[in-house]
Amino acid sequence: MSGTPIATTRSAAGMPTGKLAVWWLIGSEIVIFGGVLASYIMHRLAHGGWSEEAAHTNTWIGALNTMVLLTSSLSAVLAHQAAEKGDGKKASKLLWATIVGAVTFMIVKAFEWTEEITHGYTIASSTFWSFYYTAAGIHASHVLAGAICMYYVAKSAAKGEHLHRVENVGLYWHFVDVVWIFLFPLLYIAK
Amino acid sequence: MSEAEHSEDAHAHDGHEHNYIRIWGILVVLLIISVVGPFIGEYTEIQAITLVTAFGIAAYKAYLVVKNFMHMTAEKAFVSYIVVTCLVFMFLLYAGTAPDVMKSEGSGWEKPLWQQQEAEYAARQAALAHGGEDGHGDDHH
Amino acid sequence: MATAPATHEEHDLGHHEQSFWEKYVFSTDHKVIAMQYMFTGMAMALIGGFFAYAFRMQLAYPGMEVPGWGLVTPNDYNQLVTNHGAIMIFWVAMPVLIAAMGNYLIPLMLGCDDMVFPKLNRLSYQIFLLSAVVLLSSFFVSGGGFGGAWTMYPPLSTKAEYSLTQLGSTIFVVAVALEFVAFLLGGINFITTAMNSRAPGMKLYDVPMVVWMIVVASILFMASVGPLIAGAIMMLFDQNLGTAFFDPDRAGDPILWQHLFWFFGHPEVYVVLLPAMGIVAEIITTFSRKKLFAYRTILYTVFGTGVLSFTVWAHHQFVAGIDPRMAHVFTVTTLLISVPIAEMLFVYIATLYGGSIEYSTPMLWALAFLVEFLIGGVTGIYLGASGGDIYMHDTYFVLAHFHYTFFPIAIIGTYAGVTYWFPKMFGRHMNEFWGKVHFWGTIIPFNGIFIPLFFLGAGGQHRRIADFTVYPELAQMQPWREFATVALLIMLAFQVIFLWNFFYSMFRGRKAEKNPWKANTLEWVAPSPPPHGNFPDGLPTVYRAPYEFSHPDHDEDYWPQNEPPAEQKA
Ligand SMILES: [Cu+2]
Repeated sequence: MSGTPIATTRSAAGMPTGKLAVWWLIGSEIVIFGGVLASYIMHRLAHGGWSEEAAHTNTWIGALNTMVLLTSSLSAVLAHQAAEKGDGKKASKLLWATIVGAVTFMIVKAFEWTEEITHGYTIASSTFWSFYYTAAGIHASHVLAGAICMYYVAKSAAKGEHLHRVENVGLYWHFVDVVWIFLFPLLYIAK
Repeated sequence: MSEAEHSEDAHAHDGHEHNYIRIWGILVVLLIISVVGPFIGEYTEIQAITLVTAFGIAAYKAYLVVKNFMHMTAEKAFVSYIVVTCLVFMFLLYAGTAPDVMKSEGSGWEKPLWQQQEAEYAARQAALAHGGEDGHGDDHH
Repeated sequence: MATAPATHEEHDLGHHEQSFWEKYVFSTDHKVIAMQYMFTGMAMALIGGFFAYAFRMQLAYPGMEVPGWGLVTPNDYNQLVTNHGAIMIFWVAMPVLIAAMGNYLIPLMLGCDDMVFPKLNRLSYQIFLLSAVVLLSSFFVSGGGFGGAWTMYPPLSTKAEYSLTQLGSTIFVVAVALEFVAFLLGGINFITTAMNSRAPGMKLYDVPMVVWMIVVASILFMASVGPLIAGAIMMLFDQNLGTAFFDPDRAGDPILWQHLFWFFGHPEVYVVLLPAMGIVAEIITTFSRKKLFAYRTILYTVFGTGVLSFTVWAHHQFVAGIDPRMAHVFTVTTLLISVPIAEMLFVYIATLYGGSIEYSTPMLWALAFLVEFLIGGVTGIYLGASGGDIYMHDTYFVLAHFHYTFFPIAIIGTYAGVTYWFPKMFGRHMNEFWGKVHFWGTIIPFNGIFIPLFFLGAGGQHRRIADFTVYPELAQMQPWREFATVALLIMLAFQVIFLWNFFYSMFRGRKAEKNPWKANTLEWVAPSPPPHGNFPDGLPTVYRAPYEFSHPDHDEDYWPQNEPPAEQKA
C-alpha cells in the first residue's frame, strides 16, 4: 500500500506493529471483561440463592458452544500456520471455517436465549439473569466483531495480501475463546 | 537460507500441525471432564470436585490456549507483563470492591430485599436437609 | 491549520491535488488530527466555560436573569454543573492534553512521518466528535440534559423518577462510553507508535519526557477504563432494560457503581496530570538552558505513581458507607501517592536551580503550573485522610482542591503547551506582550475564584445547592461568592485576549524559524510548520539524550538529538 507510513514499518520493540497493537487491545479487553466478571463473582459468592437460579441454565448447550469455540480456535491457529508458510488460499479457507464456527456459536446462542426468554427468564428477571445476559452478551458482541474482522482478513488472504493479519485476527479470536472458557463454568457449571 | 535448513523448517511446521490438533484433543477431553465433574460432585456430595473440575480445568484450558495457540510464552517478555498487569489490576479491583458489595448492610445502609432472599434460601436449604418433609423446597420459580 | 507548502505536498503525494475535505476533514495526517482534537477541545471549553459563568452568576446573585442564559432554575443548575464537569474533563482536558498534544508531538518527537495507524487515528477522532455531538444533543431532548453529577451515581442516574431526565441520562452515558472508545483506539495507537517507531539510534532513555508521560497516561487509561465501560453497559441496561445492577430495592448495589467509576476515576487524574507534567518538563529545561534534572528518577517515579494510582480509588467514597477497614487501607495508599508527586515537583525545581532562566510566556505558564498544582496537592492531603474527609466531603473545600489540581493541568498545562509549540504548529510566533497580559489576567483571577471557595467549604458550604441564601448560616458568606464570581468574569474576559492573540498570530504573527527556542528534541528539526511526512530532508537519526543543554563538550548551549558527533561530521 502506498499510503503506509514509514513509522508503521519500524519495529524498535522487536514485534510487528499490528501484532503489538493486538496485544494491547487484548490487555484493554481483559479489564473490560474483568470488570463485569469481578462484579458477577462478588455478587455470586455473596448470594447463596443464585445457585438455584443458575440451575436453570442449560449446561449441555453451554458445553456445545465451548466445543464450537475450541474448534474454531484450532482452525484459526492452523490458518495462522498456513499464512506463515505463505499459503494464502489455505489460510483463507481455514479462516472461513473459523467464521462458520462463530456463526454456529451465535445461532446456538440465539436458540438458547429464545428458549430461556420464553420460559420467563429475561434480563430483568433477577440480578443473576441480568449478569447472565450482560456477560454473555458482551462476549457475543466480541464474537460478532471477530467474525467481521476475519471476513475481511480472509478476503485479502485469499489474494495473498496482508498475510500477517491472519495471525493478528487469530490472536484476538483465541482471546475471545479464552473469555468463554471462563464464562462457561461461571454461568453454566457452578450450580 | 539453505535448502537443508528450509526443509527442516517446513518439517518443524508439520510437527506443529500435529501438535495443534493434539492440544485441541486435550482441550476437548478437559471440556468433557468439566461437564461430567459436577455430576460426580453432586453424587458424592463433595462440592470441591465441582469447583476443581469447573475452575481448575478452565484455568488450565485457558493456559493451554494462551501458550500453544497464542504463543504468548514464546513472545517478547513484555507481552506477558501487559497481560499479567491487567489481570493483577482486576484482582485489585475485586479486593477493594468486594468488602462492600458482598455485605448486606453497612454504616447507614442495608439491602432489605437481599436479606429477605437469603433468609428464604437458607430456610429452603434447611428444609431440604431435614428430608424436605414440608415438600415445597423445589418449586420456588 | 497546519498547512504544508504546496511544492512539498506534490513531491510527497505526486498524484493529485488534495481537496479541502481530504486535507482538513478526512485527513489521516497526525498533525491535522491533532488540530481537529485541539479545536474541538477549544470549542467545548467555550461551552464548559459558559456553563461555569451561568451557574456562578446564579450563586452570586440568586434568582437573577443571567445574560445569555436567563433564569437558572434548580434543574438548570444541576444540568449546568454536571455538564461543566463532564465537558471540562472528558471533552477538554482529555482531547487537548492527550489527544492533541500526543498526536502532534509523538510522531515528531520520535522522528516518524506519522502515527503507525493513521486510519485508526482518524476513526478515533471521528468517534470523539460523535461523542461530543451526542452529549450536546442531550440538551435538546425532552427533560433536558442529565443533572445527576458527572460521576453518575445511581439511583440519580438510573431512575428517571429521581433525575427527571429519562432520555438525557441515557444520552449522557452513551456519550461518555463513546468518548472512552475513541481514547482507547487513540491510546493503543500512541503506545504502539512509541514502542515501535522510534528514530534509529533513539534508545528508551532518549525519548523526550513528554512522550513518555503521554504514553504512560495512555497505558493508565487503557488499564483502568475497562471496568467503567462494563459499568456503563450495566448502567444503560438499568436505565432502559429494567435490570437492577445498581438498585438496592431489587438486590443490586449502588456502591458497586462507585467502585467501578472511581477505579477509573482516580487513575484518570494521572491520565491528564502526566501529559501536563511532561509539557512542563520540556519547557523548564529549554528555558533554563539546563539538562532535565534526574531524567531516570522522574521516569521511575512516573511508573511508580502509575501503579500506585490503581490502589487509591476509594478515597472518593469515605462517606459512602464503605467498610471502615478498607477506608484505612485507602487512606494509607492515598497519602503515599503524594510522595512521588512531591518528589517530581522537587526534581523540577532542581532543574531550575542555577539555570539561566528566561521568563518567556510558556515558561511563565510552566512555573505557574508548579506553584498552583502544589496548592492543589497540599490541600488534597486533608481529603485523602478519611478522618479529615468526613468533615470536608462534598463541601466547596473539595471543589476548590479539585480545581487547584485540574485548572493547572487542563488550562495552565494547555496554555504552556500551546504557547511553546505554537511556532512549530503554525510557523509563526504568538505576541509575547499580549501573551504575558493573558497570563497574569488568568492566573490572578484564578486564585481569586478558588481561594474563597476553600474558606466557604471549610465554613460548611455544601456542593450542588443552587441558592445558599436560604440557609441563614451560609447566607452571611454571600460576599465571598460574589467575589469568586467577579473573579471568574475577569478571568473569562482575559481569555478573549488569548483567542485574539491565537488566531491573529496564526495568520499575521512574526514568522518562526525551525528552532526558535533553540531546543534539542526532534520536532525542532522539522520545518515550521512541518509538511505532510514531517521531515523533508529524510527521517532523522538520534545520537544523544534529549536535554543536552550547556554541555561542556559543545560550543553552543544546545545540542540537538539528531546532530552527528564531531568525529562523524568530518
Ligand atoms: Cu482520587
